[in-house]
Amino acid sequence: MGVGIEVVNLNAWYAANHTLQDINLNIPANHATALIGPSGCGKSTFVRCLNRMHETNPIARVTGTVRIGDLDIYNDAKPVEIRRRVGMVFQRPNPFPTMSIYDNVAAGLKLNGYSNRRVLDEIVERSLKDSALWDEVKDDLKKKSGASLSGGQQQRLCIARALAVDPEVLLMDEPASALDPVSTSKIEDLIFQLKSQYTIVIVTHNMQQAARVAEKTGFFLNGRMVEFDSTHKIFTNPSDKRTEDYITGRFG
Amino acid sequence: MRAGIRTATDGLATGLAVLSTVLVVAPLVAIFVYLIFKGVSSLNLDFFTQVPKPEGVSGGGMANAIAGSAVLLGLASLIGVPIGISGGIFLAEFGRGTKLANAVRFTADVLNGVPSIVMGIAVYSLIVYRQKHFSALSGGVALGIMMIPTVTRTTEEMLLMVPHAVREAALALGVPNWRSVLSITVRTASPGIITGCMLAFARVAGETAPLIFTALGNSNWSANLNQPISALPLEIYRYALSPYEDQHRLAWAGALVLIVLIVVAVSLVRYVTSRGVLKGAS
Amino acid sequence: MPEIRISHSPIETRPSPQPNPGEGRPPAQPAKAEVSAIRAFLLSRGNSAIADRGFHWLMVLCALTIFGIVVLIATELMVRSHLAWNEFGFKFFFQAFIDPDSKQPMYWDPVNGHFSAVPFIFGTLVSSFLALLLAVPLAVGLAVFLTEMCPRMLRAPLAFVTELLAAIPSVIYGMWAVFVLVPILRQHVNPLLIKSLGWTGFFNDENPTGLGFVAAGVILAIMILPIISSLTREVMNAVPGSQREAVLALGATRWEMIRMGVLRNARIGIVGAIILGLGRALGETMAVTMVIGNTPQIQKSLLANGASMASVIANEYAEASGDLHLSALTEIGLALFIVTIIVNALARLLVWAVTRGTPAQVN
Repeated sequence: MGVGIEVVNLNAWYAANHTLQDINLNIPANHATALIGPSGCGKSTFVRCLNRMHETNPIARVTGTVRIGDLDIYNDAKPVEIRRRVGMVFQRPNPFPTMSIYDNVAAGLKLNGYSNRRVLDEIVERSLKDSALWDEVKDDLKKKSGASLSGGQQQRLCIARALAVDPEVLLMDEPASALDPVSTSKIEDLIFQLKSQYTIVIVTHNMQQAARVAEKTGFFLNGRMVEFDSTHKIFTNPSDKRTEDYITGRFG
Repeated sequence: MRAGIRTATDGLATGLAVLSTVLVVAPLVAIFVYLIFKGVSSLNLDFFTQVPKPEGVSGGGMANAIAGSAVLLGLASLIGVPIGISGGIFLAEFGRGTKLANAVRFTADVLNGVPSIVMGIAVYSLIVYRQKHFSALSGGVALGIMMIPTVTRTTEEMLLMVPHAVREAALALGVPNWRSVLSITVRTASPGIITGCMLAFARVAGETAPLIFTALGNSNWSANLNQPISALPLEIYRYALSPYEDQHRLAWAGALVLIVLIVVAVSLVRYVTSRGVLKGAS
Repeated sequence: MPEIRISHSPIETRPSPQPNPGEGRPPAQPAKAEVSAIRAFLLSRGNSAIADRGFHWLMVLCALTIFGIVVLIATELMVRSHLAWNEFGFKFFFQAFIDPDSKQPMYWDPVNGHFSAVPFIFGTLVSSFLALLLAVPLAVGLAVFLTEMCPRMLRAPLAFVTELLAAIPSVIYGMWAVFVLVPILRQHVNPLLIKSLGWTGFFNDENPTGLGFVAAGVILAIMILPIISSLTREVMNAVPGSQREAVLALGATRWEMIRMGVLRNARIGIVGAIILGLGRALGETMAVTMVIGNTPQIQKSLLANGASMASVIANEYAEASGDLHLSALTEIGLALFIVTIIVNALARLLVWAVTRGTPAQVN
C-alpha cells in the first residue's frame, strides 16, 4: 500500500538559481497525482526532491520539509534509505546495458545484497506481470540484455525494476514522452492499475495524459505551484487565471 | 594576376601537404613491412621453446626472454592495474570538476612524458641499490609504476563515456554509491577499461630502458623475483648490437612478436572506442 | 473517470481499460508476508555510509599515488646524485676539467673521477633540434592533410597507421635504424651531405660509420612525428567550423582558409604539440643509444659521433665504476627528469589552452 506525501515550504536551488519557491502540498496516498506546467517550471526538480535525487548534483540545495508517510526524509533518513522506498522512472528509459532482463528487474534487490534465488524469481515474474511486460519477455529473461528491447518495452522494464523493490511511492518523470503512442497508451493503462497499490506522482507535458490517469493535478509555473486540486476541477474550472491560460493553450 | 598567385599558392600548399603525408606514411609502412619480412623469416618454433645458445652457435630461441617478460608484466599489472583503475574511478566518479582531479589528471599526463630511463634510475635507487642486487622485482615495480598514469587516464576516459542516465537509474534504486560505481558504472565501461589496460600493457611490454639496470637480464630460465630476469625487449637490444648474425636473426624474430602484440592492442582499443561497443544503452 | 473538456475540443473519455488477457490483469495480490519481507529486508540494509566513505577514500588514495610517483622519483634521484652535486656543484652542467697536459677538456673520465654533463647536454640538444627540424614540417603537413584535405575514406586508416607508429617500442626503431638507416646514411646520404654542404663546416666525417648526430636526429624525427601530428590534428579539430566558414565566405582559397581560419587560431596549440614532441625527443633512449655512437665529445660536425644524456645512462649505469660515477649519472638523470617535466607541463598547458578541456590523448 502507498503512503501520502506532505510537502511544507520546499525551496530548491541550483547554485544561485532559485528553482522551486515555497512549495506546499499534500499528495494523497494510493492515488495518481499529475504535475503539469510549461518547460522549465520546476516540476522535474520537484519530484527529484521527493527522493533526494536533486542532491546528486553538487551545486543543488534544498530547504523545507518533505514527509513521506510519517518519515521526514531530509532529517530522519539518509538518501539511500529513502530511495529504496521511493521508486523513480525517468523520461528516457535507462535499463542497465550490461545486464539481462532478469538482472535488470532484480537489480534493486541483488545490488543491495539479496540472494534468495527462489524469491527473486517470483519477484521478477510478479514485477514483469505488473508492468505488462511478462508475456513479451518470459522466454528470454536471462538471454536478452535490457538494452535490446524496444523503447516502450525498455520503459516498462524500468517500471518493473522500480516495482521489484516494493516501494511505497512511485515517481514518474514524463515516462511516456520519449515513446510512441501505442507504448504510451500501454503505460497509461499500467498507471491506472498500479495506483491502487502505490502512490504515484507523474510529471507530464501532456495535459490529456494528466486528465486520463490522475485524480489530482498540480500546476507549476516558474518554480511555484500555482494550483493543486482535483483533476476535474483543474481542467474544467480552474481557480487561477494562469492555470486557465495554460490549459487553454495560451502559452506553454 | 593576384588570383593566379593565390590559386598557385593553394595548389602548392596542397601539394606540400600531400608530399608530407607520402613522406611520412611511405617510410613508416616500409619499416613495418621490413620488420615483418625480417621477423617472419627468422621465426620458428625454436624461438618460443629454447633458450639462447652460446655466442657464435646458431639456433636457439628466446623462450626465457618471453617467459621473463611474462613474469615482469604480470608483476607490473598487479601493481599498475588496480591502482590505475582506482585512480581513474576517482577522476571520473568522485572528483569530476574539482581542482584535485585536474591536478591529478595534469600530473598523470606529464608523467606519461617522463623518459622511462628516469623511472629506471628511481627504482634502481629505491630497490636495487638498497638490496645490493638486481632483481625481477625491481623491474616489475618500474614497469608497474609506469603503467599507473596510463591506466588512470584511459579508465577515466572510458568511465566518462558511460551515460549519466545509467548512474541515475542505479542511485534512484537506492543502491549504495560504492556498489553503483563498481557494479553498474565500471561494469558498463569494462570493455573499454580492459582494452585501456591492454594498451598500457603493450606499451610497457616494449620498454627496455628501465630494465637495463633493474631486471638486468638473464641468459637462463628464471622465475625468482629476487634474481635478475630476462625480458624480450632487453634481449632484442643486446642481440641487435652483438656481432653475430644468428643473434641478429633472433632479435628480428623478437621484434616481430612485440610488434604483433602492439598492433593487436592498439587495434582493439580503436575497435572498442570508435565502434561504440561500449554504448549499450541506446 | 470524469468527462473532461479542454479547449472546447471534445476528449473521448478513456474507456475503462480492458487489458489484454493474460497481461495486466489486476496485479496479482502478492502474499502480504512476501511484500513486507522485501521491505523489511531493504529497511534492514542500513545506509552503508561507512562503506561509501571507505570506498571514496580508497579511490582518492590511489589517485594520489600519481603525486607519490613524482615525489618518489624526485627524492630518489636527489639522494643518489648528492655525491656528484657536492663534488662538482652547478658547474657540472657547463664546465669540465681541463687536462693540464693536453689542454683539452676531459668531459667524462671515470678512471680519474672527472665528470661533466656538457657533451651529453650538447648531444641531446643537437639530436633533438635536428629531429624537430625534420619532423615539424612533415608532421604539420600530415596533420593539415588529414584534417582538411583528406578524402573521408582514407582518414581513418591513415590516422590508425599514425597511432600504430606512436606505439612501436623504441628498441625496434633502434634496430631498424642500425640495420637499415645507418647503412643508407653511410653509403648514400652522408657522402652527399659532405659534398654539397661540407663547406659550412657542419658536415665533415673523419671516420664514416653512419652513426652520429644525423642518424640520431633522423630516427628521432621518425619517432616524434606521430605525436606532433596527432596533437596538431586534435588542436586543428578544436577550431570551430564557424571560423573556417567565415574565411571561406570572404572568397578565400582552401589554403588561405586553412592558414587564416585554422592554423592561425590553432597556432598556440601547435606550438604545444611541437614542444611535446621536443619533450619526447629529449628523453628518448634506446633508439638514440643504438645510433649516436656513444662518444662523449663535442664536435661541430653533425656527422660526428656523440652521446646524449639518456644514452650515457643506458650505457654505463649498470656497470658504473664507483659511487661518484653512479652519482654523476644520476645527476644527469635528475636534470633530464626536471627538464622533461617542465617541457611536458608547458606543452600540455598550451594544448589545453586551445582545446579547453582534457585532451583525449594518452600517449
